[in-house]
Amino acid sequence: MTVYAALLRAALAGQAGYRASFALELLGSVLVIGLDFVEVYAVLTQVPELEGLGLAEVALVFALASTGFSLADLVIGQTDRVTDHVRRGTFDVLLLRPLSTLGQLAAADVQLRRLGRLGTALAVLVIALSQVEVDWTPARVGLLVLTPLSGAVIFGSLFVAAGAVSFWLLDGREVGNALTYGSGYLAQWPTGVLGPVLGRFFTFVVPAAFTGYLPALALLGRDDPTGLPGWLPWASPLAALAAAAAAALLWRTGIRHYVGAGG
Amino acid sequence: MIVELDGLSRHFVVRRPTGRFRREKRVVRAVDGISFTVAAGECVGYIGANGAGKSTTIKMLTGILVPTSGRVRVTGLEPVRQRRELARRIGVVFGQRSQLWWDLPLAESFRLLAAIHRLEPAVARARLDRCVDLLDLAAFLDTPVRQLSLGQRMRGEVTAALLHAPRLLLLDEPTVGLDIVSKEALRAFLTEERRVAGTTILLTTHDLSDIERLSDRVVVVDSGRVVHTGGLAGLAAAAGVDRVLVVDLAEPAPPLEGVPGTRFLSAEAGGLRQHLALTGSAAAAVAAVSARVELRDLTIAEPDIESVVRRLYHRAAATRPAGS
Repeated sequence: MTVYAALLRAALAGQAGYRASFALELLGSVLVIGLDFVEVYAVLTQVPELEGLGLAEVALVFALASTGFSLADLVIGQTDRVTDHVRRGTFDVLLLRPLSTLGQLAAADVQLRRLGRLGTALAVLVIALSQVEVDWTPARVGLLVLTPLSGAVIFGSLFVAAGAVSFWLLDGREVGNALTYGSGYLAQWPTGVLGPVLGRFFTFVVPAAFTGYLPALALLGRDDPTGLPGWLPWASPLAALAAAAAAALLWRTGIRHYVGAGG
Repeated sequence: MIVELDGLSRHFVVRRPTGRFRREKRVVRAVDGISFTVAAGECVGYIGANGAGKSTTIKMLTGILVPTSGRVRVTGLEPVRQRRELARRIGVVFGQRSQLWWDLPLAESFRLLAAIHRLEPAVARARLDRCVDLLDLAAFLDTPVRQLSLGQRMRGEVTAALLHAPRLLLLDEPTVGLDIVSKEALRAFLTEERRVAGTTILLTTHDLSDIERLSDRVVVVDSGRVVHTGGLAGLAAAAGVDRVLVVDLAEPAPPLEGVPGTRFLSAEAGGLRQHLALTGSAAAAVAAVSARVELRDLTIAEPDIESVVRRLYHRAAATRPAGS
């Protein structure tokens, strides 16, 4: 761990040379998530509820999913730079060190501006929790703590999967971003609004529903109107484990496809 | 054995559009059944023309690239499966790809590498001090890597690769683009490193002076196959380029045909100076010549290694069917 901490410090020291742009980027990061929330707010002031959830409850879905997403983006969102590493052949250098490739990517390309997004998501979470009625039990408190972590693992797995795609498709960044940022956006809404087919897709194939909507149902004590079993909203940690296993497999396979660049 | 390759191959599938929808699939055999070994303490030059398969081989040796078939062991490890373990035992320098931290001072890169390889601070200090001293790094240790000249950076790269005292040092085009002074400094350092630490070295290069100065033995590849392996002298023989015995005689003499261990090439000044290709030992040939005529002086011309390698390429090309 101390090795990765040293890499992290080195990355931050390297970025310190470009401090001027940091404040602007931090602001941009807050604006992106801020605008997403304005959209939720705008819709829920026009219609009283979505899938049986009012403004405060949809805000809870939004905040849970966004917290998980921001956390994943901060830790491993750097996989969108795999394309550059593959194109320039600098992925070689990561493979020549006695460290995990993902660990190196996470530590060496960290972007602290992403803290802006995480901070905003946490603020919305606190406000939303103060506005909804939750029958707090130890299980629900546990779920509240585990949800952003599970969400971070689920979105982190998507980031890793998107990065792995770059080993096959040199122009994989667009595909990857569609998967990661697209899922991150959709996860902010009650899954039912996506319709039956897409809703199931973003529950069972890309487990985005497990990051916000389903755990919010469990916290609020609601049933899913589309007829999912009652235990499923509690299953986010399991979904996270499955996603992580799939992503790890894809990443390993991707690395075996890496052929480097030049010579 | 530090390096063992047995029938190692790597094929790439290249797809080329041949019509609107149709694509032609072609298999490129970048490395096609290469076998050789490198013993501990050896320095082996791995040479060949552009596209001969040198870099592809190096990538398989370091665990970057998965072989299509064949066996590869480096310090007894299987590179792809045991990549992280292997990374502790080998040092790699890619002439065209930096392993240093671009935005940080050079000294900071060394500090990070020492942490990555979990070196004892005292051990790291001692090895670094030695490199700083021998490679003359002191003047730019505090300069960010992106501001270093190529020569300065390469000296930094070599230090970075050797900091963890690897058993094997792989150098891929280490002198490419360097000025003559930097090249010399690097070669002298590598020679010294071998003498002191006994580090095994495998290097690819386009600069044949690197080979002459550094390596005990060469492996020549062409189109993914080994076309020659052996010492520098053996290389000349295999290429059919002979050493030439030039004799100056006391008096003009008829062409010295049929001298054992030689082949008559040409005569100058009415037979006063004669050129004989050596096919055997130079000492025996000199003795045989002096038994027939009185010698005034003699020289032995070693073949230029560059022409030797060129000959080998051409011969390998001539013995293969066209287009393969």
